[in-house]
Amino acid sequence: MDSTTSELPTRTPLRATASNGLKIVVVGGFGVGKTTMVRAVSEIRPLSTEEVMTQAGATVDVNNGAYAKTTTTVAFDFGRISLDEQMVLYLFGAPGQERFWFLWDSLFAGTLGAVVLVDTRRLADSWYAIDRLEHHGTPFIVARNNFEPPVHDLSAVRGALDLSPDVPLIDCDARNRDSAKQVLITLVNHLYALSTARENTP
Amino acid sequence: MSRRLLDDEDPDRLYTVTGGRSRTDAIALDLVTLIVSESEPAPGMQSEHVRILRMCRRPVAVVEISAELAMPVSVVKILLADLLDTGRVSARHPVSGAAGSSLPSGDFLRKVLVGLHNL
Repeated sequence: MDSTTSELPTRTPLRATASNGLKIVVVGGFGVGKTTMVRAVSEIRPLSTEEVMTQAGATVDVNNGAYAKTTTTVAFDFGRISLDEQMVLYLFGAPGQERFWFLWDSLFAGTLGAVVLVDTRRLADSWYAIDRLEHHGTPFIVARNNFEPPVHDLSAVRGALDLSPDVPLIDCDARNRDSAKQVLITLVNHLYALSTARENTP
Repeated sequence: MSRRLLDDEDPDRLYTVTGGRSRTDAIALDLVTLIVSESEPAPGMQSEHVRILRMCRRPVAVVEISAELAMPVSVVKILLADLLDTGRVSARHPVSGAAGSSLPSGDFLRKVLVGLHNL
């Protein structure tokens, strides 16, 4: 899955002036290329960490004696991009499986937006993620990752995903830095359009 | 510590690290809140606190500290809340430029776009 060969440093410190962390989440099924995309644009080698939660969905209470029996772990990867002197964008690769969404509010509240990364051979994997993002009111775009040349045209994909015409849908190659960068730009352009439309509404 | 904490299912250690506490004020820390050390480690400090203070001489996001310590985010937040209380670290909270609505302003997003185009 990780086909890039460039060696990124693990611990490059941020600028001393860095003051504002931003979040964008890449959601997708197993093996769709989330980490590959994060790696393609990140200034550090992607790191991974985890969060624990109780089955009820709250984050862990370590005072709870039944800790080990009632918790589940969700792991996710991330990389980062220093945008300017102050702003640092953190890019998270997150699994779209059901238990992950219990953690959305505690981990990803305040996320600028999301990229749903899809694999046309397994489109059904994305339905749940799209449904959850709509439920959480998180703006998103859909990017089809083409590790191999695509078989279907994008309008067929839009139909199969039952995607609203307002949601951008693009092709990408998650291994390619420029392509991954273009995915992020498409997302932020989409956010910009949504934001200015709202600002211009009396 | 090289083993992943949760791989060896050791809740006792988590309990020890946090002194058995859960803290609701720790929740105010975001994954991308940037932490900066305001002092050097002092003798007798808990080893996790020492590592955090050394790591954060330059700003480091909560999620990076979590990855570096190989500890769950919620546990790291509790450790950080202790250090914040005693003024040993400061926190730079994320500002999205969102006013009233959940979407950031056009001005804010333009800055993000400039940064992305410069990649």
